[in-house]
This record gives sequence, structure tokens and C-alpha cells, in this order.
Amino acid sequence: MRREFGTLAGLLVLCMALWIATPHFLTTANLLNVVEQSTLIGIIAVGMTFVILTAGIDLSVGSIVALSGVAMGTAFRAGLPIFAAALTGLAVGLACGLANGALITLGRLPPFIATLGMMSIARGGALMLSDGRPISGYSDGFRALATGDLLGIPLPVVIMLAIYGIAHFVLSRTTLGRYTYAIGGNEEAAELSGIRVRAYKSAVYGIAGLLSAVTSILLVARLDSAQPIAGIMYELDAIAAVVIGGTSLLGGSGSVIGTLIGALIMGVLRNGLNLLGVSSYLQQVAIGGVIIVAVLMDMALRRRARLPTE
Amino acid sequence: MEGIRKEFPGVLALDDVGLEVESGEVHVILGENGAGKSTLMKILSGAHGKDAGRIFLDGREVEIDGPRRARELGVGIIYQELSLAPTLSGAENVFLGREPRRLPGLVDRAAMEEAARAILDGLGAAFDVRRPVRDLSLAERQLVEIARALSLDARILVMDEPTSALTDREAQALFDTMRRMTSRGVAIIYISHRLQEIYDVGDRVTVLRDGRRVATLDVAGSDRRELVRLMANREVDELVTRRPSALGAELLRVEGLRRAAELRDVSFTLHEGEVVGFAGLLGSGRTAVARALFGLDPVDAGRIQVRGRPTSIGSPRDAIRSGMGLVTEDRKRQGLVLSLSVRENISLPVLQSLSRFGVVDARSERELASRYATDLRIRTPSIEQVTLNLSGGNQQKVVLAKWLACHVDILILDEPTRGIDVGAKQEIYALMERLTAEGVGIVLISSELPEIVGLCDRVLVMRGGAVVGTFERGVSQEEILSSAVGVAS
Repeated sequence: MRREFGTLAGLLVLCMALWIATPHFLTTANLLNVVEQSTLIGIIAVGMTFVILTAGIDLSVGSIVALSGVAMGTAFRAGLPIFAAALTGLAVGLACGLANGALITLGRLPPFIATLGMMSIARGGALMLSDGRPISGYSDGFRALATGDLLGIPLPVVIMLAIYGIAHFVLSRTTLGRYTYAIGGNEEAAELSGIRVRAYKSAVYGIAGLLSAVTSILLVARLDSAQPIAGIMYELDAIAAVVIGGTSLLGGSGSVIGTLIGALIMGVLRNGLNLLGVSSYLQQVAIGGVIIVAVLMDMALRRRARLPTE
Repeated sequence: MEGIRKEFPGVLALDDVGLEVESGEVHVILGENGAGKSTLMKILSGAHGKDAGRIFLDGREVEIDGPRRARELGVGIIYQELSLAPTLSGAENVFLGREPRRLPGLVDRAAMEEAARAILDGLGAAFDVRRPVRDLSLAERQLVEIARALSLDARILVMDEPTSALTDREAQALFDTMRRMTSRGVAIIYISHRLQEIYDVGDRVTVLRDGRRVATLDVAGSDRRELVRLMANREVDELVTRRPSALGAELLRVEGLRRAAELRDVSFTLHEGEVVGFAGLLGSGRTAVARALFGLDPVDAGRIQVRGRPTSIGSPRDAIRSGMGLVTEDRKRQGLVLSLSVRENISLPVLQSLSRFGVVDARSERELASRYATDLRIRTPSIEQVTLNLSGGNQQKVVLAKWLACHVDILILDEPTRGIDVGAKQEIYALMERLTAEGVGIVLISSELPEIVGLCDRVLVMRGGAVVGTFERGVSQEEILSSAVGVAS
């Protein structure tokens, strides 16, 4: 838990700097805006945290966002009720994730390669299914998922926080969570302790796929359109949030609390740079720099705690 | 070295330690884990800085500010934790960073391999120096590490437990090499847990305890019990014994176990309260038996019966379900999840039974972990301590606790006391006695002949994947060794 305080301090320092730099930053409306803008990457980053905790990586989440969105749109256009269409999207996301898991555990492919393949397959699938065109025209009731609020808090934020709450519970209190840490910490020792490593690893990729699909539903609701080119580069933003949040790419240590803070740091940074009128080109450079600095600091801390850094 | 002091956060690792080593001697450093041996050597070799103290070489004070400086001064070190590049060959590792060149930037591979071959021949090692290190056994890797240090022509060579993974024959070859080196004036600082080795190779011995020097003695005039007492500051019975238990029902029957060239028709039985020992040289098939029993390697043929019932074991999970536990020889790589706490490691195999609907009952988990941590006297500030920070002996106790918490009735121990201090060893022997008294059956694989002779009810000697000799309690070390190497006694 100490590790997350460092990340939180980073977030607060960043907020303080922006508060001093611009009067527009610290307003309720803007802060809610920042959090709302962070929800999409935030939800994907939860799944990514699970994957990275097992010492894996998932490059396909952005493409899965597009494919499950398009699958939902297609199902809706074919006459399914919106609820059933959304379930279709979720099922497609879960299936893609489980396919990743199967390739990694049964096919013994490195996660990088398996999910790189899936990244291209899901993107291509989304383009084929939609013929490259967005699928629009949903009911107001469905769009309320993105526009509505609960006690003044935007619904996407409520959904994201609920997912973080559940994920934190799963990781800290359940067997699935413990096994996730154990597999990432030492897969061989986990296997020798009788853990069904392959099943749990597959499940973790399934979770990542499912949460990508959840994100895609929120995105479709926000845009009122399912787009085959949605979610491009989401995987990298999600990985960045996880890593800034202090989860080790070596697996075995980290938390979703850190990831939430990491996602917020990314959101605050984007928002602040916008408010300061920094060009979007320079923003890319700045965000890249933050990722690198965050990991450098993390490694320095680990060395001090005499934990492995490579 | 004079007045050396080193503090780590929260621990005073070395307090005013002095050490004098003369050229041409083998100076043994003795001490339990955590006594400060490794830290002292890391300071000498430049891996750690010191907080106070001075180092003299040939009477002149020197400042060793890094491994490179140490090497220039002629200080070579072989670490206990192997530090080789796994994908490079043995020869490449020996000459890493100092490859013989034909032209600038062009490695003279043939010369390099020949030179590596020559050094390894001198150590009595016969493996192919062109093979990648990751394909070599632990013992072979250790020999590569030793060859690397030898190739440096060091004037002072530090060896940190170099024989812990070697067979007796390999160790003897190493001792011969050490004698040749000292006769050329090289000083060797030798760290070991094995008391016998001190008498095999040592000239003088310095005993460290809790970061202080307790004594420096001539080996010739020292008494074994005296050394143990100095080290532990308490009377430890160095003798390895276990009171035999009454044997109960048959727990395990293995018939005709075969696997390629590794296992050739291995059969044995294990009863309640019995310790069956597997002796043999490295690579004789002892570990292959354990791996096959535990479902890690598929077998070509063979039947396994647990409590009289035919059982098929295809995975560690199956093995655990039929009541087995395995303590592997490499506890860091296979036994523990080092990034998890003592509590989380102990509960790992039984987590399901501590959970309802996948949610772990935190309180019963804590109770279980504390109970076994107390029971096995695991020395840790709390059960929430990450196992990475524990000493070797305490890590091994965590692995044992894990299986005790499962209530296994067949416990397979593969080199359970490797690299752990005398006190912890005795505790493990006592634990074996207690478990067998409770009816647990133990399969013990060990390269320590005193353990095989002192702890086992029955000893199976393996050679080339087959059981070549079976002995009852009371067998001598010489008989077992003769059988293992294939010499008629």
C-alpha cells in the first residue's frame, strides 16, 4: 500500500501545479470532466492490471473495443433489443480474451505475440463486419449510459468506480486474486502448489477482453455510434496507466488502486496541457516523458527495497 | 581488513570486523546464515561499500570502490547466487568481457573454447563448453562460474559456498585445483556450511557470529564441536540422527517407473513413519523420481499406488490431491513466490479450502499461517514479511510449512538442507522425526551422506536412472558411496 501513496503524491503535486498555473483547473465541472475523460482507459486498465500482474501483456484491448462495439451495433441493427445487443458485445469481448488466453496457455505463445495477432484479427474483424462504416442510431435510454448521472456523478464514472471496487476486492480477498499474484511472482512455484495455472491465466485474459467490451458499450453510448476504428492506441494508454500506477511489468506486484491513480494522472496531464494551450503534438511528447520518469522512479524505489528490477 | 562496519536499513550487518589472509593459504570463513560472511566478502570484492574500516593489500591501504577496481587489484569472487548469462555458452561465460580477440571486435572462438576447456578439464568437468549455460545442470553452471574466476588469475579468490551443488567427486576435483592455486601463492577465502570441508582444504578458520568476529584458529588444532559452538554459541549436536518410528500401513508403492534414459525401472515402497532415502551422484535420476511422482514429467511406463489404490498422477495438482508434498532442491525458483508474504506462501496450496465462493477467509488464513510459522519457529518479524527478505533456512521452513498446512502424508524432500545453516538443519531433522512419529512417510533425496545414513530407514542408491543398491538402516557412508560410483566395496 505504501507504493500507492507515492503515486498519489505525484497526482496531488500535478494537480497543485495546475491549480497554480491555471484558474480553470480546480473547478468542479473541470474535475468531473477529467474523471469522465479517464473512464474509458480507466476501465481497460483494470483488465490490463490483472494481465500485467501475471507478468503478461495484452496488446489487443483497443481492437477488442472496436470489434465488440461493432458486434453490438450489428446485432442491434439486425433487430435484437439493445440489452441483448449489449450482451452480444460483451460475449464477443470475453471470447476474444479467452482466445488470447488459450493461445498463451495451450499454444504456449508469448503473450506479446498472441495478443499482437489478436490486435490485428479483431481490428480486421471489426472493419469486415461493419464494412468500414460506423453503425449509428441508438435509443436515448441507451445513450443515458454515457450522459446520465447518479446523484450528480456521471454514470460512466459510477460504473468505472464500481469496477475498480470489485477488482480491488477480487485481487485482495479472493483466490483468483491471490493466484494472479502468485502466478506473476513465480509461475513454477504456483504450479507446484497445485494451482491450475493455465486456467487462471486464461481467465485473466478473459477479464481483460470482457472489460474492453464494457468500455466499448460506454463508448458507443457516448458517440451514439459503433466505430470500427475506435480504441486505436488504447492498449498503450492502458499499459501506461498500469505502469505509472506502480504495477511491475515483471508481474507479481501492484494494485488496481495504483492503476486508478495512474489513469487519473494521465487524464489530469492531458486536461492540464489542454487548458494551458499546449499543442496536441507536444502533449504526446510530454506524456511519453511522464511514463518514462514514472518507471525510472519506480525502479529506483525497488532498488532501495532490494527487489528485482529486471 | 580492519574494523569493517556495514549497516543496512535496520540491521548492523558487520560491526568492527577484522580479517587477515596470507598468501598461499585457504582461509575458511564460518558462520550461520546472517552472520555477515557474504557481506564481508561483498565489501572485499567491491559489490558493497563499507561504512567504516580499512582494507590493506600487501601492507598498502587500498580503496575498493567497485567490482572493477577489485578485479584490477586481483580479487576474484565466485558468488553463491550464480551470475551467468543463460543463453551464452559455457566458454563465452568464462571469458565474458575478456574474450580473446583475433582482430579488434572479432572473437577468436576456437581459442576461447580451447582455453575454457583447459580450465574445466583441470576441474574434472566433462561437459561441452559450447552448450548454452541454461542447458547445464546447477553443478555444471557452478563449475563455469569457478572457471571464470580461475581464468582471471586472481591473487585473492573468494569462494562463497562453491560446493553446495557439487557431487563429492566434483568437490574433490575443486579442492585439488585449490591446492594447486595456493601452492602458487594465491590466497583463497572459502565460505562454507560444510564442516567436513574445512578439514579437507582449510588452513585457518575465522568464525563470524552476528556481524562480529568470534575467533580465528588454525584448522589443524581445532575441534569440530568447538567450531560449531563458536558459530552458534550454543551446543548443537552436529550428529545427524533420527529416532526411528514404528512403521504403519503402506502409503506409496511405485512399480517399474520408466522415463527415457532418466528412469529405468524404478520400484520402491514407502510406509507410514518411514524415511526412504535416495542417494546417488548428481544426474543419477534421484530428482527425476521426485519429478515423476509429483506429476511434473510424464512417464513412459510404471504404476503408482497410493494407500493401495492405483493412482494416476498427471500434474502437481493430482499429486497434492493424493496427499503428496514436494520440497524442491531449488527453493527460490520452485518452492516460493518470493514476492509474496510468509502468510500467502504458506496458504497457497490450501487456499481453496480456506475460501467460500472464492473469497478467502482472512482470519482463518492468518491463524493457519501463524500456527505453522510458530510451530516451525520461522524467524520473521511478522507473517506479513515478504519471503524474499528471509534467510535461506527460514525460507525453507516456509516451504515445509506450506506442505504441513496441507496435512500431506507423503513428503518428498529434495536436498532439503542445501545452503542453510547448522541450526536450521537440526530443526529440519527434528521436524522429520516428529512427522514420521505422526505417521507421515518421507522420501529424502540428499547428497549429504550423513543425512542419508543418519535419517533413513531404507536407502536406495541410484546410478544411471536405475536403483543399483538397497540398504537398511545401519549402512555406512562408504558402502553407499561405493555403490553410487559403481565400485565394489
